[in-house]
Amino acid sequence: MLSMANLRRSPKKYDVVVIGSGAGGGTAVRVLTDLGIDVALIEAGPMVNPSRDFKEHMWPYEVDHRGAEEGGKRYFGKGKHFGYFSATDGGWQLDGEPYTVADGSQFLWFRSRVIGGRTNHYGRMSFRFSDYDFKPYDQDGLGSNWPISYEDLSPYYDKTEAFIGVTGTHEGIRSAPDGIFQDPPPPKAHELLIQGACQELGIPCIPNRRAVITRPHNGRQACHYCGQCYRGCKTASTYSSSQVDIFPAMKTGKLTIFDNAMAREILTDNDGKATAVSYIDKRARAERQIHGRVIVVAASTCESARLLLNSQSSRFPRGLANDSGVVGRFLMDTVGFSVWGYVPGLEGMKTYDTDGFGGAHLYMPWWGLDKKNKDFPRGYHIEIGGGYRMPRIGFGGRTIERHGGYGEALKAKIRREYGGFIGLAGRGEMIPNQQSYCGIDSDTVDKYGIPVLKFHFGWTDHEWKQARHMEKTFKDIIETMGGSVGGIGNQAFERQGISIPGTIIHEVGTVRMGEDPRTSALNKFNQAHAVDNLFVVDGGAFVSNPDKNPTLTINALSWRASEYLAEEMRAGNV
Amino acid sequence: MFSHGVKEEVSRRDMLRTIAIAMTATGAGTLGLQAGRHVHGLAEKEKEVTGTYSLKFFNQHEYRTIKRLAELIIPADEESGSAVDAGAGEFIDLLCSQNEALGEIYTGGLLWLDQFSIDRVTHQFVESKTEDQIVILDLLSEEAHRSVLKRKESSSGFQFEDRPEYEGFQEYTTEPTNGLGPGVRFFTWIRRMSADAFYTSPIGIRDVGYQGNGYWNRYSVPQEAIDHVMSRRPWIDEDN
Repeated sequence: MLSMANLRRSPKKYDVVVIGSGAGGGTAVRVLTDLGIDVALIEAGPMVNPSRDFKEHMWPYEVDHRGAEEGGKRYFGKGKHFGYFSATDGGWQLDGEPYTVADGSQFLWFRSRVIGGRTNHYGRMSFRFSDYDFKPYDQDGLGSNWPISYEDLSPYYDKTEAFIGVTGTHEGIRSAPDGIFQDPPPPKAHELLIQGACQELGIPCIPNRRAVITRPHNGRQACHYCGQCYRGCKTASTYSSSQVDIFPAMKTGKLTIFDNAMAREILTDNDGKATAVSYIDKRARAERQIHGRVIVVAASTCESARLLLNSQSSRFPRGLANDSGVVGRFLMDTVGFSVWGYVPGLEGMKTYDTDGFGGAHLYMPWWGLDKKNKDFPRGYHIEIGGGYRMPRIGFGGRTIERHGGYGEALKAKIRREYGGFIGLAGRGEMIPNQQSYCGIDSDTVDKYGIPVLKFHFGWTDHEWKQARHMEKTFKDIIETMGGSVGGIGNQAFERQGISIPGTIIHEVGTVRMGEDPRTSALNKFNQAHAVDNLFVVDGGAFVSNPDKNPTLTINALSWRASEYLAEEMRAGNV
Repeated sequence: MFSHGVKEEVSRRDMLRTIAIAMTATGAGTLGLQAGRHVHGLAEKEKEVTGTYSLKFFNQHEYRTIKRLAELIIPADEESGSAVDAGAGEFIDLLCSQNEALGEIYTGGLLWLDQFSIDRVTHQFVESKTEDQIVILDLLSEEAHRSVLKRKESSSGFQFEDRPEYEGFQEYTTEPTNGLGPGVRFFTWIRRMSADAFYTSPIGIRDVGYQGNGYWNRYSVPQEAIDHVMSRRPWIDEDN
């Protein structure tokens, strides 16, 4: 418990205090301020300035280390995870902010501390959940059903896609519901070859659905096809909550941002109602409080669980809104496995600009819904890599691995094989299990004195078998193209045959919603069962983790929750 | 092939300045395409190797040896210059000066190489005849590759079967095991970093023909690329 007497009180009471500025927090901030609600946003990192911070369009030779980073950190596996030029502000480890992992468990936790969070650099893959994804228990008796259905969320998928801009085509595939789409760019040549092979194998391969605008939209310029979305997009042609939600919200005059503000605890009154957020002003190294009628938590799945678990009171001895004990439980990541292959048929093609809109222009949605003889539950989709990519640190490494050697002969081989490599990455559904969760490590605090998270995690046979199915499928696709498999795509994280848990950065489920307050923390509007004026609008609210990348669903759920909240405030219910 | 219009002489700095004004939190949020159009090669001109680099880590003998190795690994040919032309010497020296562990890989590797060279041909590596240098690099290169192949052969194949088998799974790792001591390890490092210095330079980027980092109104794929892949669909042959 904090000593209240020593804390400076902020005199102002905001309508809503939002904690975290990623997809969930950004959406809440925009929707609420648009409705005239006075919002304070707390973000643990600094404000982002795209024109200064984003390294879009930089060539590797514009820095002396060429992207290997100071002292060649990248060679030692210590560089920025997505490379020097990426817009990440954070990583697997943050100085002074540890987390721990239980013996026998594996987990890596990616945290971004910046306005916009991970949306500044994420992959922008934007897939709706399907109807069956909301009722997974009804499919196979595993996991739990969501308290909402596709029909409940569909209008908010519509709004989100129309607002942020998502590419796609109408395909009528049940595993990949159609939406409100911008025109996708045409497939690249190597993707046409992959698509042809998939057709031979009965696997659908359709235009990709990414949060990129291909025509001007809401004052944002259309994509200019440099393919560098991961570096941050200076023209805001891809979705990021910083540029698309928060900057416009700042212009409403309804938003106050507290950056470099690390939330420690949510304070409650004697009735158990949330009253304020206690946080550390990182610049001043001082404790502060900010008061609100309503607190909306969107600190990221695990950080939100940590905040609730650390917010203990006599009413909530196990942590705020944790009467059920589910906070921190049901932690899921996406199942990942990838391979690369070499396709001789691509040799001899004249190089052309394959950057496109970043990421592949096609992808393969799950095709096995009706397959009865598969040995794992649920499914996965496939993401594609390949093309004539901008040379960077490690360039030519696969040719070196294939042939060895040096000198003129190596130079000629690298030239010949440029653009001949393709990558296939599976992204599959994990079934929540009892051994995968996070809790407070009572022995360890971070540099702010806040107790840290301890992770417990284990894949089960469901996930391992799914990864083997991916492996077989990718081999079939590459061989059908006339190529051969070279090896695992992501050597650092998948050499055991499946991704290290956490490394797909799709962690969800730790503050799940549900009908029953005994088995869930939130109701179907992301509102805490036990605390009317507390909402959690990030991936923590997820009940399951379908193979669809989570961001679009976080956006849609947060939009829905924010409208509900605004109406409840108007009606005087919170 | 692309509908990008005529490239205009907009400097990169002008472009970034315009973007900076347009895309701040309070800016208008729009940006003219003309201002945003990226001009290839401007940065290359700004960043040409001047030849005035002053050494930060290696002594003169070490640096001569590093540069000799780099130009043997990625030599000049009919298409383009060498790794040394692309700044490999400066790149390796700079990074070694910033990282003790990396520096030791190089100083240790160079000592090993000179000793090996003296034992075989009585001269330090950089003082040896080119044909002797080639013999040594061939030995190291073949040993490095042999260990890669050996790992691939010793594995049962790509299919994983059951979890316990994954524990010994090594087939796609690239750590060399070898019979030439630190030489193979050093060769692998300098080959990697010489290639990196070369291919991340304007010379290397031109060598492979990368066409991107552009700024287009619309994305399209050249018909000849589509024709190329369509003519190489293996299943078409099988079907006929």
